[in-house]
Amino acid sequence: MNFKRLLGALTAVMLFLVTTVFAQDKVVTGKVTSSKDGSPVIGASVTVKGGKGGTATGPDGSFSLRVPATATTLVITSVGYESKEVPVGAGSLDIELKETNAALSEVVVIGYGTQRKKDVTGAAVSITSKDFVKGPIVSPEQLINGKVAGVQITPGGGAPGSRSRILIRGGSSLAASNNPLIVIDGVPVDESDIAGSANPLSLINPNDIESFNVLKDASAAAIYGSRASNGVIIITTKKGKSGKPQFSFSTQLAASVVANKVDVMSADDFRSFVRQNGNANQIALLGNANTDWQDEIYRTAIMTDNNLSVSGSLKSLNMPYRISLGYLNQDGVLKTDNLQRTTLAVNLSPSFLNNHLKVNLNLKGAMTNTRFANQGAIGSAVAFDPTQPVLSGNNRFGGYREWLLGNQPNQLSTRNPVGLLMLRDDRSEVMRSIGNIQFDYKFHFLPELRANLNLGYDLARGKGTIFVPDSAAQDYQRGGVNNQYNRNNTNTVTDFYLNYTKNLRGIKSKIDLTAGYSFQHFRVQQDTFPDLRANGTPVAFAGRLIEPGQNSLMSYWARLIYTFNEKYILTATVRQDGSTRFGLKGDPARWGTFPSLAAAWRISEEDFLKNSKVVNDLKLRAAYGVNGNQAIFGSFPFLPIYAISNATAQYQFGNQFFQMFRPGAYDPNIKWEELRSWNVGLDFSLYDNRISGSVEYFFKQNVDLLNTIPIPAGTNFSNQLTTNVGQLDTRGFEFTLNTVPVKTKNVVWDLGFNLTFLGNEIKQLTRFTDPNFLGVQFGGVAGGTGNTALINTVGFRPNTFFVHRQVYDRNGRAIENMFEDRNRDGIINERDRYRFRSAEPDAIVGITSNVSWGKWSAGFVMRGLIGNYMFNNVAASRSTSFTVFDPNGFLTNALYNIRNTGFTTNNVEQLLSDYWIENASFLRMDNINLAYNAGKVGKNMNLRITANVQNAFIITKYSGIDPEIAGGIDNNLYPRPRMFVLGVNLDF
Amino acid sequence: MKRLTIQMMTLALLLVLGLASCKKWDIKPEVDVTSETVYSSVTGYKQVLAKVYGSFALTGNAGPDGQGDVQGIDEGTSDFLRLFWKAQVLSTDEAVVGWGDPGIRDFHNMNWTVTNPMLTGLYYRLAYSITLSNEFIRESAPDRLSRRGITGNDAATVATFRAEARFMRAYAYWAAMDLYGSFPFTDENTPLGSTPPPMRTRAQLYAFIEAELKAIEPALANARTNEYGRADKAAAWALLARIYLNAGVYTGTPNFNEAATQARRVIDAGYSLIGDYRHLMLADNNLNTSEFILTLNYDGERTRNWGGTTFLTHASVGGAMNASLSGINGGWGGIRTTRRIPELFPDFTGAADRRAQFFQQNLDINNIAEFGDGFAITKYRNVNRAGVRPANFVNWVDIDFPIFRLAEMHLIYAEAVLRGATTGTSAQALTYMNALRQRAYGNTNGNIGPSQLNLDFIIDERARELYWEGHRRTDLIRFNRFTESTYLWPWKGGVPSGTGVPAFRRLYPIPSSDLTTNPNLVQNPGY
Repeated sequence: MNFKRLLGALTAVMLFLVTTVFAQDKVVTGKVTSSKDGSPVIGASVTVKGGKGGTATGPDGSFSLRVPATATTLVITSVGYESKEVPVGAGSLDIELKETNAALSEVVVIGYGTQRKKDVTGAAVSITSKDFVKGPIVSPEQLINGKVAGVQITPGGGAPGSRSRILIRGGSSLAASNNPLIVIDGVPVDESDIAGSANPLSLINPNDIESFNVLKDASAAAIYGSRASNGVIIITTKKGKSGKPQFSFSTQLAASVVANKVDVMSADDFRSFVRQNGNANQIALLGNANTDWQDEIYRTAIMTDNNLSVSGSLKSLNMPYRISLGYLNQDGVLKTDNLQRTTLAVNLSPSFLNNHLKVNLNLKGAMTNTRFANQGAIGSAVAFDPTQPVLSGNNRFGGYREWLLGNQPNQLSTRNPVGLLMLRDDRSEVMRSIGNIQFDYKFHFLPELRANLNLGYDLARGKGTIFVPDSAAQDYQRGGVNNQYNRNNTNTVTDFYLNYTKNLRGIKSKIDLTAGYSFQHFRVQQDTFPDLRANGTPVAFAGRLIEPGQNSLMSYWARLIYTFNEKYILTATVRQDGSTRFGLKGDPARWGTFPSLAAAWRISEEDFLKNSKVVNDLKLRAAYGVNGNQAIFGSFPFLPIYAISNATAQYQFGNQFFQMFRPGAYDPNIKWEELRSWNVGLDFSLYDNRISGSVEYFFKQNVDLLNTIPIPAGTNFSNQLTTNVGQLDTRGFEFTLNTVPVKTKNVVWDLGFNLTFLGNEIKQLTRFTDPNFLGVQFGGVAGGTGNTALINTVGFRPNTFFVHRQVYDRNGRAIENMFEDRNRDGIINERDRYRFRSAEPDAIVGITSNVSWGKWSAGFVMRGLIGNYMFNNVAASRSTSFTVFDPNGFLTNALYNIRNTGFTTNNVEQLLSDYWIENASFLRMDNINLAYNAGKVGKNMNLRITANVQNAFIITKYSGIDPEIAGGIDNNLYPRPRMFVLGVNLDF
Repeated sequence: MKRLTIQMMTLALLLVLGLASCKKWDIKPEVDVTSETVYSSVTGYKQVLAKVYGSFALTGNAGPDGQGDVQGIDEGTSDFLRLFWKAQVLSTDEAVVGWGDPGIRDFHNMNWTVTNPMLTGLYYRLAYSITLSNEFIRESAPDRLSRRGITGNDAATVATFRAEARFMRAYAYWAAMDLYGSFPFTDENTPLGSTPPPMRTRAQLYAFIEAELKAIEPALANARTNEYGRADKAAAWALLARIYLNAGVYTGTPNFNEAATQARRVIDAGYSLIGDYRHLMLADNNLNTSEFILTLNYDGERTRNWGGTTFLTHASVGGAMNASLSGINGGWGGIRTTRRIPELFPDFTGAADRRAQFFQQNLDINNIAEFGDGFAITKYRNVNRAGVRPANFVNWVDIDFPIFRLAEMHLIYAEAVLRGATTGTSAQALTYMNALRQRAYGNTNGNIGPSQLNLDFIIDERARELYWEGHRRTDLIRFNRFTESTYLWPWKGGVPSGTGVPAFRRLYPIPSSDLTTNPNLVQNPGY
């Protein structure tokens, strides 16, 4: 879309501004406090009912507002409180706001609209900023980690801003993406990678976020039809508030330390091990140093996170605004790792034409400068011989001690971990901007009818450089590295919808009908660069142009919410989606239709409960819906495409080299993946909202699952094809319980608990049912080339381990290279592997607690997984003396576990033994926080001091450094640091 | 008025956006192209032909890796030559390997199964090359050429390309027939799609290959007249000679007469042995055109992958060896040989027979994983004849691999005569053998007399001349020495002293992944 034209249009709209001057007759003052503890409510909005203008309360809860003489009533609203109307009287008003503990009046954003929580028929959860995980959160998704039943967020590791894996209700696909759709201020964001950024979401400043809305079932998410099969997360950023400018400043200082190191032998123990087990040549390789390589590569890392925001309203334009600036500077615990992020967010939300036209403009920009540490150092630090010094004493290879072969670095040996870090300079610069402008027009002649136009974009420009000097051992043979890369992501969206809402009091009914159109386009473009040595000479010339990745989605949709007698609510949605990934223009295969239906019964509104002292709210709901998934690799999977080979894959005829034309595999019949889901839920709120929560049962059936499967040899230009063949069933229970065990004038204790039981099973994987089909093997492990430890098989859970069954002696010691001969053919080979456990959890648990006591408050968030298993690849690779005495003439360290195993070989069967599969259930204390509200300091300034510990401790039986690794294979994870944080908030 | 304006504005905006959407709704590839563009010029055809040949040399469309042709196997190990070499050499007395790659030790242990990833990868690699050739043959049919306006000399050029694609397809079917026996059969008339193709038996494949080679002969370039790296008539004769020599194994009916005839046609086409055997497998072995009949071409700069001769050069260097003598920076420490091969030579140093190119380590193999156990082989070296490494070397070697060279034709001729061919003479056979011997010895000291020319000599001479060039399994099967307990080598069948294995292992199994998707296939007996 053309933004110049759009801006022109916007300016034209502005020209029609009505600048009305209204009479200013009297001034009302007052103070807003919380009914809970009498503390001031800061930033509450105070407006005249039916009139214009308004203000917000200051740090002490007080306000002052000019109102017309005709004004009779003020409306006071604040997030987390029930809104209140008070008559305009003489003198100062003391207004107490009641906290919405069960948050019944809370609004849930359901996509192209909002709904009161009590009316919601699907599985939708809203988390607002006051309930976010506290502390210096770098990436937004961590704000709700552990807070929502059924949502599993696995951080990628300890690197600053690393990417998390987000699964809602266990994910639902095998080959297509399992990432939920993330919508930020009406812009479904691009989930594809951004060059130079480990985590695209980390380019959003978490401090700008107001709420998360998680749509978990097909009904709630149906309005996003095509991309909703993995659930939807709707993120809304903070908006301006009416009134005088209010400033808020926060700063946090954190120190991170490595909590857990891999248990490798000390230098002395290693020396004695080598002397006992090695031959003369091997013993001669030992050095005299005592180096703890893990200590050498890790450090205590400092981070600061600073945010300044101003929010208020430009009275003359009737335009609330909010502007915020953020600056984050985080060192990683791995030396040389650093992330700097500067963010700017602007929100303008003016109203025109007597509030008939509301405009909401959001602009968010982020710039990151990252230096990526060479994470290869993590594995090297585990493996490098601890008897060797860090420095060699001469200046070759940057001065670092390396294993040599002749006078060159031994190509197959472990590299000096410190050299890996210090001699690689890998930097990136990324700019991302997400913005939208939304026009919401309430028709003058028919106020029940609204038209809404939303135009949004999501742009990312990433580029980076990598430099390794020619003296560095890591790229010695090729003469160092001097390379660059870039990638531009462009994503634009247009939504238009009409909404008609009408109360038909005569028949006790309310209808809310929405119909709309949506178009979104994604484009990813990369340049090609030559592969250069440090001195700038090419190892390989720049290849051919890279085909830009692009696809478009077009949708038509409608939703009806019908409410009868405030008791019975019915939601029906239908969406028709088209994707350019499934055929050329005009091809009916492009289109899929995704309906859903949901109903709710507000039992507490029935006469027999209406006056109950115990039950505040009780609602039963049921939903069924169909969603689609189209997130597969490649833009044209249906089209026979000839790709030209790159400059280093040419073929020689005579003296000439030719770039090769390769026809690609394709599936002319590829179509939408379909997800059917059922959901039954019960929401309750009891004893003055002190006990509330919900229970849900869900069943998801993913049919026409996109999967990559073997195809008959000779029938296509590949032996595997991604096509619609499989079926995956997932079912589960979710329990959410929020309680207030203590509630006195001074002390309030909130305790929340959520628990999800998950079970999934692969029902079909191939086109024809074939009992001999082994399954799809994946999950590469270190050791040998091409070994995999995971398998997807019909009748089993996804991500099941596929290993040999270890045989143990009488004392429970594993006997090396002895395994059960499962098919009893007298030979141990890959036919004897069996399916054992799964990387998927049986249950996900989250516990949150918060106690406020006068000016103090303290809380924690714990979360965990139960029943998930892990392939401990670190132990599998480093528990045999074969790897200690590498046949290529160097030594590598081993885990102390080698004393238990006594293993001496590197047989592939031993590598792929169930001996390495460990129970990785865990409970992590993710966050402990303490806050003190010092109250007023200086004139009109409120001070709050906070302290946090992140990743405080972890309870687990897993023997590796961390049991929480997406994918089920632990191979030298970047350790998640323990972080100690101090913070100051100033409001003025 | 205002209201109307707002509504007009909204409408106008929608219109603008609608138009923008239209373009984005009709997206097509921008860099990659469809068949009509590719086949619009002779150059386009030649670039597809490069892929047909390149699919035997490389692993995919990016060098050294990144866009693999064959899925389900580590890309670096997915090229034709590396997999073919493992199947033909690692299963014999010529080589052992110390690595732990999945399935790699099954070869020497002779206990491979229907899910062996390397045999599966090789099977799919062959099927892939066949499918590519089919596409080229289909797209280069005369009616398509005329429809695309390619006529005259251009059409004649493409017709030669087409014959070469048919040759490479025949070569792939030969490998499939030799390794797996039967194979799913597709040709240019097989539509693309997922309908499972029919299976052809070994005898049916034999008949197809023979007929194809004879049919394309007139269309191929005359011997030694085509560009380096492209097949000519001599390549077709050489493959015919090879299948006739093994006809008894493939069909039950020997055809040694034709084997001798075809070998002789190649020999008489103007080829000659190069002077020094040790120059055969060097970085500048593209100079060996007098001896090489058809090569797979590699280039350290422009034709990169982790298999092929890069594998052969690196994997054979390890332990105490000096990698720079092999023209590389460091070996991968994997493949060595059993004592059977060095013991075929009069001495290990090559002082007498220069073909003995060994790095002497422990002659016996106590531990397969230990690179120092078993002699290393220094046949493949990434240096030129002057011993200098290519200037722009990074990691990938320049050594081309001859899939047919003249010496094999000498050996086929001699063996066919010994086995009763009446189309050749013993005297000629002796001359051909002594030509190999004289090159090896640098003089006539190694020459043999008529009494020494027997089949035992032939199988040993084949090993001395052609070791590590991908012939050994086929040769041992023809000589009834592959599975039998009458001929053993260290670790044959997974036992240190060697043991016989069941005869069904003369054929590799059809991979289970294809058996489960193609109901037309029948597994080989024993698996």
